[in-house]
Amino acid sequence: MTGGLHDVEAPAGAQAQAIAQLWHVLLPVCTIVFVAVLVAVFVALRRAPRATRETAPDVSSLSQPEPALARAVWAGVIVCAVLLLGLLAASVFTDRALARLPLEDALHIRLTGYQWWWEAQYDDPAPSRIFTTANELHVPVGRPVIVTLVGADVIHSFWVPSLHGKKDLIPGRPQTISFRADRPGVYRGTCAEYCGYQHAHMVLYVIADTPNDFAYWAARQRAPAAKPASALAQQGAELFLQKSCAMCHAIDGTGAQGRNAPNLTHVASRMTIGAGTLANSVTNRAAWILDPQQFKPGANMPSQNMAPDELAAINAYLGTLQ
Amino acid sequence: MNVRAACCVVAAIVSLAACQREKRDFEAPTKAVTPPPVRLSEIQPGAISTKTSLEGKYEDNAFALSEGKRLFGWYNCTGCHAHGGGDKGPALMDRVWIYGSEPAQIYATIVEGRPNGMPSFGGHIPDNEVWELVAYVRSLSGLASGMASPNRSDTMHVKAPESNVEAQQPVTAAPSGASERP
Amino acid sequence: MSRLLAALDPRELRKAARASVGRGEAIYDGPGWGSPAASALDRTWREKPGVRGWLETVDHKRTGKRFVFTSFVFFCAAGILAAIMRSQLAFPDSHLVGPDLYDQMFTMHGTTMMFIFAVPVMQGMAVYLIPLMVGTRNTAFPRMTACAFWLYLLGSLSLWVGFALNTGADAGWFAYVPLAGPEYGIGKRSDLWNNLINLTEAMGLMVAVDLATVILKMRAPGMSLRRMPVFAWSILVTSVMIIFAMPSVMLAANLAQFDRTFATHFFNPAEGGDVLIWQHLFWFFGHPEVYFIFIPALGFISTIIPTFARRPLFGHTAVVLSMIATGFLAFGLWVHHMFATNLPELGKGFFTAMSMMIAIPTAVQIFCWIATLWSGRINLRAPILFVLGFFFILVLGGMTGIMIGAVPFDLQVHDSYFIVAHLHYVLLGGAVFPLFAAFYYWFPKFTGRLLDERLGRWQFWTFFVGFNVTFFPMHLLGLAGMPRRIYTYAADTGWGTLNLVATIGAAIIAVSVLLFVVNVIRTRAGGEAAGDDPWGAATLEWATHSPPPAFNFVALPVVASREPLWAREADEPTHVSGLSAQVREGLVTTVLDALPDVRYAYPSPSIWPAVAAVTVVVWLFWSNVTPSGMWYGLIPPAIAFILWYWPTRRETAEQLLLQRRP
Repeated sequence: MTGGLHDVEAPAGAQAQAIAQLWHVLLPVCTIVFVAVLVAVFVALRRAPRATRETAPDVSSLSQPEPALARAVWAGVIVCAVLLLGLLAASVFTDRALARLPLEDALHIRLTGYQWWWEAQYDDPAPSRIFTTANELHVPVGRPVIVTLVGADVIHSFWVPSLHGKKDLIPGRPQTISFRADRPGVYRGTCAEYCGYQHAHMVLYVIADTPNDFAYWAARQRAPAAKPASALAQQGAELFLQKSCAMCHAIDGTGAQGRNAPNLTHVASRMTIGAGTLANSVTNRAAWILDPQQFKPGANMPSQNMAPDELAAINAYLGTLQ
Repeated sequence: MNVRAACCVVAAIVSLAACQREKRDFEAPTKAVTPPPVRLSEIQPGAISTKTSLEGKYEDNAFALSEGKRLFGWYNCTGCHAHGGGDKGPALMDRVWIYGSEPAQIYATIVEGRPNGMPSFGGHIPDNEVWELVAYVRSLSGLASGMASPNRSDTMHVKAPESNVEAQQPVTAAPSGASERP
Repeated sequence: MSRLLAALDPRELRKAARASVGRGEAIYDGPGWGSPAASALDRTWREKPGVRGWLETVDHKRTGKRFVFTSFVFFCAAGILAAIMRSQLAFPDSHLVGPDLYDQMFTMHGTTMMFIFAVPVMQGMAVYLIPLMVGTRNTAFPRMTACAFWLYLLGSLSLWVGFALNTGADAGWFAYVPLAGPEYGIGKRSDLWNNLINLTEAMGLMVAVDLATVILKMRAPGMSLRRMPVFAWSILVTSVMIIFAMPSVMLAANLAQFDRTFATHFFNPAEGGDVLIWQHLFWFFGHPEVYFIFIPALGFISTIIPTFARRPLFGHTAVVLSMIATGFLAFGLWVHHMFATNLPELGKGFFTAMSMMIAIPTAVQIFCWIATLWSGRINLRAPILFVLGFFFILVLGGMTGIMIGAVPFDLQVHDSYFIVAHLHYVLLGGAVFPLFAAFYYWFPKFTGRLLDERLGRWQFWTFFVGFNVTFFPMHLLGLAGMPRRIYTYAADTGWGTLNLVATIGAAIIAVSVLLFVVNVIRTRAGGEAAGDDPWGAATLEWATHSPPPAFNFVALPVVASREPLWAREADEPTHVSGLSAQVREGLVTTVLDALPDVRYAYPSPSIWPAVAAVTVVVWLFWSNVTPSGMWYGLIPPAIAFILWYWPTRRETAEQLLLQRRP
């Protein structure tokens, strides 16, 4: 909902770069072959005389070989085979390049795909430094990232076109993908494996920060939720626990410890809500809380029966969760 | 040709029941509806409104029943009732009911809570989700439509799926004894 | 029952034989359309009028036309769904259809096009054409093929009736578990899909067995394997592939249905199952499936090009060997649908190499066709136009196919709109364009009337332009990161313009298909009469009337050349006679050289294939509703199949009569 790059031909990472190079080999070779075949068809049509159904068929080829044509066909097939071998080599070398991304000092993230949102847990040797966020990954530029992909319910697929190809999140078969962002920016990723009603609204933003920005962001994410400053926000914090919000959502440092929906400890710092469904603004948040089904039909968040002042309080509270 | 037409008609009649069973109500139908008021009089102005609630509406709807099953885990019903076999809370897959097996009675049990441990979920769970839970709880002992009840889950196998449960004639038991605290 | 047992009493039999076949002189078939033999053949092969005859028919031409007609109706229905989906995607954040309906629609579209349209239409064309092309009077097991049609019709109708009642399958045409499994495949939607798979795959297997038998054992005398038409080769290769591949997806669908009905755990990781097994079983069928659709289309083209280039196909042997090679290689590709699941590096290399290698046999065929055109004299009519369109579209689709065979590039575009573009280029280019060519080419044989040429040209150009306008932009959308199977997208993704263009193209395609329907209806009502052989073609189906009589040939042809109607020596026999004209008798020939081997009595019309199909469908649905239906529901099919094979008195009498005669 708020842009972000998502183009195979505009790579921003080492691996997407390698794949884009492969594409720049595949495209011209295939185009040349395509054009050559069409030219051959066209010339054949132009040079062959016209006939009608009465034209007596020429069956001489049943008894006499046609060496000139045979040579031409052989030549064409051999050229194709050689070109295919070349493309195969290009493919294998690209694959090796993808596998050889240096992984020293890698950042480890555990990414879990749910219907229809992403949960990211940033690992750290010190358990107290582990933190959880949702639908948005911040990664430091130039540092490799190893993402462990876990499918929680059905199969999802992690795809950030500007950084790397995709890899599936398969229930019962965790696997990893590693990539490196080489330029700061916002890269839009999305679920690429059909996963149910809201497959369309399962967006994951990857934000490549400079190492300093990333360290600042991570430090903030590790902190528990900000204490509500205003009276309205305080009321919202209480309502969050009294209403159904806390049944599913967690806000670290409060009594809200639901584990079924995105962790909202720092929700106000995110670009979007509803996994890329709406931009994260005050009005959008209010509309979303009242009736998420209007924007994301089938999502697991129910519509709420809420008085306007209650809504304003909760929204104000969520706005403070930077 | 008329054979083909006849096939269509038969298939259509046979599966008419499917419409309700397969409907996906994403929008909560009770968004603006408050729970029905307690009425002490049979007389009402205008048309008599008896069904303002979703009572019984979800018993034969596959989507609502599966939502109920999901919420049964999400809202930690399993914490006390396990997957229907009972633990700290009474078993839900047997025929014994302490506070009644009717949808309205189960609804009241969830919303109001019951002595000796059943929390009151009123206000914490949207109304339509309570009714989905009610339908699912009834499907645990085969009281909801078998055609619409959930199949097995992608989890460790703990019991026969709700769709394969024989309907059990409910009996009411006093709130004591093994069924409550094993 | 007493009547049934009487069928085995010898005295009764003799009486029945006299009554049915008569005491008079035996009549044998032989050349000449007006002869007594021809009228006797007509009496023997003509089927009962009315509903009963309609249900009982075992005529391969009627069954074949039913397959083609039914699958074309479903093609149009699935096309309408595509048009609605394109309308939904024409603009960002569109609210024309919601996700629930959209998911059902794209699942129905894919399932219908792959299972209900593409395979049956190719098999239907083959059921119609193959006996004519190899010079015999019916398929080998026409009752089985009739039963296959009823299974297919009922299965497809049930899926669509389900869709009309909001029970349309919604887990994609590939129905990946867990989404189609017991927990996430809510309601009875995926059960209907699994039933459809069982029914259409049973259909495919039954027809494949029938066709392979006809091709291997019932060719006209003298039609040795090296003289066999390329189309017969293509159907032989396809049939053998079907026999190897389809059991895999039936197995998968039944495992999934066991998970749903009986709570087994084949695909449940928590109990030691594995969701990837589904993908392997599905794609082990699913990739060859593309070639079930593509190889018959290659056969169409190898038949049509020589007719309109007025010369035999260049490189006949190379073309046949290429098709066989494609048939083998097609089984080594399935994992390229799964590159995004975790695979060992060596495996990826192998499947990349295979994916690229399969381009070589196709290249051989394309070069042979170009060589044929190059050295021929060209009669530029509607069928050849569609073949030329095929060259453009299929080669482009083949090029993108080579690209996505490369693992790293596939990781980027897999499950994106690039794949949507690629698969429509290969499937519409590789199957639907040849199919339209085949419709224009063989329609005179089906009906005796020529489709209108001018409308045909209009249809070709609208289809060609509409197709490219629809699907070429999808390549760019895929590269721009648009994933498949999304029901809407946000405006700021920048995908709006290209999607709008694609939707406009879809409208042009709709106009084109409409033109075809108009053309068919107008021609049926009163088109130009075709005569027996409107194209001056070489293969045997043009050696009989258009439309052919129920018995196909008054005398079975004898073949002495690869192009039997073009290259005929004066002193060679043209036909073989001496088969009974009073009994449905045929000639079985040897596999390699097609030397006459034994005589064979074709099955007579019967109601039981249709009844058996109904009971099988009832059994499947019963087992979905209650697990015990799985066992009790088996009783009616068992009865129906026993009665199917129970010989009638007349049949036994005819068999005895045939045995007595030399």
